[in-house]
Amino acid sequence: MHSIPGPCPIGSEALHSQMQDGELLRASGISKEFPAVRALDDVRFELRRGTVHALMGENGAGKSTLMKILAGVIQPDQGAIYLKGQRVSLNTPLEALSHGIAMIHQELNLMPSMTVAENVWIRREPLNRFGLVDHARMRRMTLALFDRLKIDVDPDVRTGGLSVASRQMVEIAKAISYESDVLIMDEPTSALTEKEANHLFEIIADLKKGGVGIVYISHKMDEILKISDEISIFRDGRYIGTYQNGEITRDEIVFLMVDRELSQMFPKDNVPSAEIALSVRGLTLEGVFNDVTFDLRVGEILGFAGLVGAGRSNIAETLFGVTPATSGDIRICDEKVDIRSPGQAIRKGVGYLTEDRGLNGSMQVLSVQENMQVAVLQNGFTKVGFLSGAALREACSDMCGLLKVKAASLETPVGTLSGGNQQKVLLGRWLLTQPKILILDEPTKGIDVGAKAEIHALISRMASDGAAIILISSEMPEVLGMSDRVVVVQGGRIAGILDREEATQVSIMEMIAR
Amino acid sequence: MNNVQSSVMPRQQPASVSGWRRIEEINIFMVLVGIALLCEALGWIFIGQSFLGNPQRLTIAILQVSVIGIIAIGVTQVIITGGIDLSSGSLVAMTAMVVASLAQSEGWVRALYPSLMELPAYVPIIVGILLGLAAGCVNGLLIAYAKIPPFIATLGMMVSARGVAKWYTRGQPVSGLTDEFTAIGSSAWPVAIFIVIAIIFHFAMKYTRYGKFTYAIGANSQAARVSGINVERHIVKVYAIAGMLAGIAGVVACARAQTAQSGMGYMYELDAIAAAVIGGTSLVGGVGRIAGTVIGVIILGLISSGFTFLRIDAYYQEIVKGIIIVVAVGSDVYRSRKRLKK
Repeated sequence: MHSIPGPCPIGSEALHSQMQDGELLRASGISKEFPAVRALDDVRFELRRGTVHALMGENGAGKSTLMKILAGVIQPDQGAIYLKGQRVSLNTPLEALSHGIAMIHQELNLMPSMTVAENVWIRREPLNRFGLVDHARMRRMTLALFDRLKIDVDPDVRTGGLSVASRQMVEIAKAISYESDVLIMDEPTSALTEKEANHLFEIIADLKKGGVGIVYISHKMDEILKISDEISIFRDGRYIGTYQNGEITRDEIVFLMVDRELSQMFPKDNVPSAEIALSVRGLTLEGVFNDVTFDLRVGEILGFAGLVGAGRSNIAETLFGVTPATSGDIRICDEKVDIRSPGQAIRKGVGYLTEDRGLNGSMQVLSVQENMQVAVLQNGFTKVGFLSGAALREACSDMCGLLKVKAASLETPVGTLSGGNQQKVLLGRWLLTQPKILILDEPTKGIDVGAKAEIHALISRMASDGAAIILISSEMPEVLGMSDRVVVVQGGRIAGILDREEATQVSIMEMIAR
Repeated sequence: MNNVQSSVMPRQQPASVSGWRRIEEINIFMVLVGIALLCEALGWIFIGQSFLGNPQRLTIAILQVSVIGIIAIGVTQVIITGGIDLSSGSLVAMTAMVVASLAQSEGWVRALYPSLMELPAYVPIIVGILLGLAAGCVNGLLIAYAKIPPFIATLGMMVSARGVAKWYTRGQPVSGLTDEFTAIGSSAWPVAIFIVIAIIFHFAMKYTRYGKFTYAIGANSQAARVSGINVERHIVKVYAIAGMLAGIAGVVACARAQTAQSGMGYMYELDAIAAAVIGGTSLVGGVGRIAGTVIGVIILGLISSGFTFLRIDAYYQEIVKGIIIVVAVGSDVYRSRKRLKK
């Protein structure tokens, strides 16, 4: 691993025996495969009593998958988990909880129509001697818990009416109320302000004194360096190493997180012109993203980097009219437009390849041709109201040839094609509309390397043919390799726009972690 | 709130709600009162009689819907989990047929089981309840473990149970029931049974873990699962209880009619769903109360008896019922959208 000083992977025999007495949780040889992706590949992890162990890695590095395995939410394909030296199997969240492993979930897992107290004590409601739920006692228990944690939320309000931050604090209090030995926190501060986050760190310090072992996932580097005792780094589903906090610098962590072989070549033959295709000024969707301002030039590939949930896809959806903006200006080719529906966006020359191919993009049971032609039907290929079948067929057939779609015929159901070929069909859908502006959201996610390179070449060619392209991607090498400029999105706003020369994995990660 | 020492975060102020506004059924109760007063006014204008001034008429209004009411209590619980139960009407018919065949009196010419006559009334009643419970269990197992969507699983049960009801006597009705058995369907007994069951489940949903789990699963099944709830097992319980209540409804229906035939309970499942929805139960899951459903059931009863009283054509009755259902669901969608915006 190049020349990083002093990495001391835990699991080496000497260290292992040293910490035997403090060991709380140990997982070894954990592997987990999801359809199309190997989420975890033979990873290990150890947690000692009264410490905070941080997990770091990019999106998709496997941290959340590992935590879900420890919390019994999903089951590993291989591997063993030891709790205080005893091998345990964690087949359900209940088994994990009864072994003393509780988790604060990343996605807010509360029941919105139920009260705060009901949410905290669900399954553990205090009962009176008739076996009925004792609401008064439940309320007192909640207040006592909240007092201890200095959380100020009314136990009787429904969680659906709380602010996101208060909901997160309820979630934290609920996890702590299990009085567990191991507490897993998956991005607990992503919804919190700095003040609330500091409050959480005080709670964590208290828990540590009580001997609780805390597993902590965060993308925020400052947090990690502030509160953690040990740091484990994951990359692409593999375990990289574990380091004591203090023996590794911020730059080294970033380097270990992002380092990977750049096996793919990124063809780069487009040259952006000076002409502006899309100009966005102060675009805001209340509660989602704020004051988004950028220009997109003809023939340019503009990368959108950021974490999942930073608001990249939300901006794309607003540009495409799925969720119209609450304020701000959009100009296409110097014409002010007010896009309120995808139909309008298509007529203005905007195309949007959605992130979730299966959910939002392809119609699995319909044929290649039907999938490809659906966006162009509104605006062309009709003669006095009837579809011009022959012309459509020819256009789709040409497009399949151009994109090298491997399908038996135009009638083949899209669901039977490989991921890469499905994506090519969807790309063809937007190319048929001859868009001026094409937004591509994770265009190569879950696609094998060969098809990836082909799609990259196509994107590059579309840009040199004069399309303006927004490329949203969580894969750093893809963003860096393809983009003329990179927009870094963080927490619903633009953290900065980097030129091709300035944009590196480190500079982007630092902008995100800032 | 003074006992909270430090206030790190601003406490969410509970909306200041005065006493009567706390009763969530107040809106739908006003609709009920409105319909009653409308019938009263129209009664004086067109018929020259009081509608509400006749307690017997009101009892009959509720008596007519008490069987639907009993199944609606189960259907409400199913809908709160985010599911649906289309099988309840057919289960009424199936249990009624089987129950009636075990409740025949001696000397009846067309006895189904000549050796099983003059059985004490508790035998057919228990068999009916168990039969409904078993059918509900099948629904629940198909949905929770075989992962068949609730709509499809209970649609299958709806068609098959109706088929069993017809097959059981090759389409013949079953009559000649013992007086001991038919007593439970006489006078206002069905209303009493309906009200007692409603009270039991109203409190069960509010004050037992069974109720809390039901709401939790409907509100966010993933959250319920990570809280350690065995979601699958609980879903089976809820559908089993809904089936059991349909079985009880079958017993009551057959005792009240003093006969059983395979067409009983036809479309009751839709009336039960309508009652739940009118009463504020959300088809999205997680929201709903038995008290609301009871009011919804009474509204359905009032519409039908009020229209009969006003001598309005039965066809109009159905048209108005349809409109009320759509308006109720429409307001539910509106309310939940407002809730989301907050």
